[in-house]
Amino acid sequence: MADTAFVSVPHEPGAAKPDPILIAEGVTRRFGGLTAVKVDHFEVQRNTITALIGPNGAGKSTFFNLLTGFDHAQEGEGQFNGKPLRGMAPAKVARAGMVRTFQLTKALSRMTVIENMRLGAQEQPGENLLRAFAPPLWKAREREITEQAHDLLHRFKLYEKRDDYAGSLSGGQRKLLEMARALMSKPTMVMLDEPMAGVNPALTESLLDHIVELKEDGMTVLFVEHDMHMVRRISDWVVVMAEGRIIAEGPAGTVMANPAVQDAYLGAHHDTDLSELTLEDDE
Amino acid sequence: MDILFDVLRTAIAPSTAAFALAAIGLNFHFGLTGLLNMGQAGFMLLGMYGFAISIQQGWPIWIAILVGLAAAAVFAVLLGWPTLKLRGDYLAIVTIAAAEMVRFLGRSQSLQGLTGASSGIRGSDYKAPFEELSPFPDAIVNIGPFSMHGSRSSSWWLTAVTWGIVLLCAGLFWRLANSPWGRVLKGIREDEDAVRSLGKNVYSYKMQALIIGGVIGALGGITWALGNSVQPDSMGRPTTFWLWTLLLLGGAATVFGPVLGSILFWSSLTLVKSLASAFIPSDVLAPTELEPFSLVLVGVTLMLLVVFRPQGVLGNKKELAF
Repeated sequence: MADTAFVSVPHEPGAAKPDPILIAEGVTRRFGGLTAVKVDHFEVQRNTITALIGPNGAGKSTFFNLLTGFDHAQEGEGQFNGKPLRGMAPAKVARAGMVRTFQLTKALSRMTVIENMRLGAQEQPGENLLRAFAPPLWKAREREITEQAHDLLHRFKLYEKRDDYAGSLSGGQRKLLEMARALMSKPTMVMLDEPMAGVNPALTESLLDHIVELKEDGMTVLFVEHDMHMVRRISDWVVVMAEGRIIAEGPAGTVMANPAVQDAYLGAHHDTDLSELTLEDDE
Repeated sequence: MDILFDVLRTAIAPSTAAFALAAIGLNFHFGLTGLLNMGQAGFMLLGMYGFAISIQQGWPIWIAILVGLAAAAVFAVLLGWPTLKLRGDYLAIVTIAAAEMVRFLGRSQSLQGLTGASSGIRGSDYKAPFEELSPFPDAIVNIGPFSMHGSRSSSWWLTAVTWGIVLLCAGLFWRLANSPWGRVLKGIREDEDAVRSLGKNVYSYKMQALIIGGVIGALGGITWALGNSVQPDSMGRPTTFWLWTLLLLGGAATVFGPVLGSILFWSSLTLVKSLASAFIPSDVLAPTELEPFSLVLVGVTLMLLVVFRPQGVLGNKKELAF
């Protein structure tokens, strides 16, 4: 279905999608004199995997922060699932069903893996101060949450680690934990900021599979990534940013051939083969 | 033998319990939420003033306690409102300054009629309603080797009440720290943004923690005042630093850490002082130098503790250490 969703979509920046879950319009973010992001129009098709790529300093992470409420644009409107995003606090964005992960993994190191997972769940009445005093009010929900967490931990092969402190996990396992934790809230859209950064190649395959599974489970995925192999493998649609703007859109195969994209990359990496391009961190 | 009794007497003293209470409050701030409150003495002082002044106005004791606690709650809201959205160190700066402001306000001559300015409020001006509630006899009572007044000032009555409150507050900490509410706070201690990204209102949780810890601090202040007197300079910066010391000594983020920390801190201070006065001749160390000398020794011990056991006596190194 995702494969047919893009048939009628033109391969051009800011293209309209048949069923967009996320829309951004005229988003501008300036840091002093520097315009970090200036996106005229951006749409993400529901239930697809969309990649956001671009050279270092293209504004991908900033754009990501703007969409998830962690940063606020000077101008522009956003819409998620029909709800306006403007001025919405990050916690509210998450509760609306759009959860994110971070480029620098934020595993809660001095909490156990299972506590990390439980924290991701929504609608736990015991998170209210007064109800916290009366365990009968929240124990039942806690059991549901724990069961859900165990399922996810099995899927992400972290079940054996459930009682370990998150700080004792390897970098790749923390990435997995962060993704699994985000899924605890049963989101409709998952935003992954460089899910592959720092993950060893052995784990990469299983991470890719997990992302594809998210789509099969009906979620929409938007991810920032530098690893072109990964982008080719799993993305249905690729959006390219450079100098704060969207310069190209299209399926992975055609977008790489776009001269504007090659210019954007070759300007910074003239001696790198585009298909081999694996850039370092963005910031 | 006398030295041992001195030490034990300090260990069960109401003042020790009062410090344990204030440290439990600080444990809500730092151990659970990671808030750097450097002005816990200010919360204690507000509790003391609120209580003592209300009694002087002739209000019933229950109202007086509520006034003391409410003053601390309002103080927490005022401090947290501008600073909790900022990085943690801003709260540290604001709380240390605000606690000093409370102290200087209490000392100021213009409030002489209310706070007694720098000489404070005499114990006899506000202790009576509490002492009248005592079921203990109105005379010196000996229990084992300990001799205390039944009802007056630092009494068996106050000892029982204060340690009772300590147990209650430790229970409160245990219940809340092991609830989903406490889990959100621990998450905030680790990484605010991660908790935000999971849909929790971080600001509101930090405010709740600041208020609860501050109110327990005020309770510590009230109980301390019932055994001593309201004196602004007794609740200065050293008090806050002692609270931090004994919290870290016992083990932050643990239920009994602050309690054990307070007992260890004050009894070791008494121990060092008694030993020094018994064994060091007074021409080497004058009696007036005993107090600073024992503080120095305790300080060195604490430095060794931080180096060799950074999680404190009861703490879990994996969960919270320096």
